[in-house]
Amino acid sequence: MSDQDLFERFKRRAVEVLSVEDAQVKLEAKFADDLDADSLDLVEFVMALEEEFDINVEEQELEGVDTIGAAFELVKSKI
Amino acid sequence: MGRVSTPRTVLVTGGNRGIGLATAKQFATQGHRVAITYRSEAPADCEGLLAVRCDVTDAQQIDDAFAQIDKELGPVEVVVSNAGITRDGLVLRMKDDDFTDVLDANLTAGFRVARRAVKGMMKGRWGRIIFVSSIVGAAGQAGQANYAASKAGLVGLARSLAKEFASRNITVNIVAPGPIATDMLDALPEERRQAMAQAVPLGRLGSPDEVAGVICFLASDAAAFVTGVVIPVDGGMAMGI
Repeated sequence: MSDQDLFERFKRRAVEVLSVEDAQVKLEAKFADDLDADSLDLVEFVMALEEEFDINVEEQELEGVDTIGAAFELVKSKI
Repeated sequence: MGRVSTPRTVLVTGGNRGIGLATAKQFATQGHRVAITYRSEAPADCEGLLAVRCDVTDAQQIDDAFAQIDKELGPVEVVVSNAGITRDGLVLRMKDDDFTDVLDANLTAGFRVARRAVKGMMKGRWGRIIFVSSIVGAAGQAGQANYAASKAGLVGLARSLAKEFASRNITVNIVAPGPIATDMLDALPEERRQAMAQAVPLGRLGSPDEVAGVICFLASDAAAFVTGVVIPVDGGMAMGI
């Protein structure tokens, strides 16, 4: 699957779980500042991604993951 | 009590008898959709309730129960975590298993059920979780170190949940019954039951319906601003503790 297809799936879950618009889900978007997502939102998002991509993300891997781009890189590294 | 304006999907664990069954019936009378779980014996008298077999010490069975309820009644919006066991004995004679099994069934199971329940509640931005504790959790009781520890633990669990999920409009509260006339008490000798009734300022044992009434209140719209509290339903027995 191409990066673009992967990102489309990733974006769909972001829109759904974080209640944001398609256009807001940009690589440089920060969860807290740009998407108004709190820690519970992030946990929900990670759980949705685990389900979507059939991956497992450990708690410590999330350290420093504060943008859409960083989260997407993490997901890609797991597939 | 009459029908409610907003019917909810309610799950009562350990709903096959005693306080759990009385609570399930009261919710149903108010017009809610009610599921109960039972471990071994389905209640004979559960008309209008969805009875689901589920051992709450098993996360997979909890998952399956939620899936079934979701399908038949809709996403669970109110959880009453009531399932519990006793294995009484003096500490000197209490085996490790007697302690850990009671903790697992009464406290850890409450955690498992709540963890599963909040997923749907977060999506719906509305939820009510009510734990059935006991006044012995605060007062202590000779012969019930395991049970009292598990019931006290529920308070810390509930209050942490209350803070963690407050932003999602999920309230978490505790009802702490005193001596209530249920099978659990029927197992005790008559003298012991009488002594218990005498220790209650109101001079009698409570009925399961009287506990159910407070649980239903906590789940109602009237209790929207109440979270993290412990409400004793004990005829005044534990006043002030």
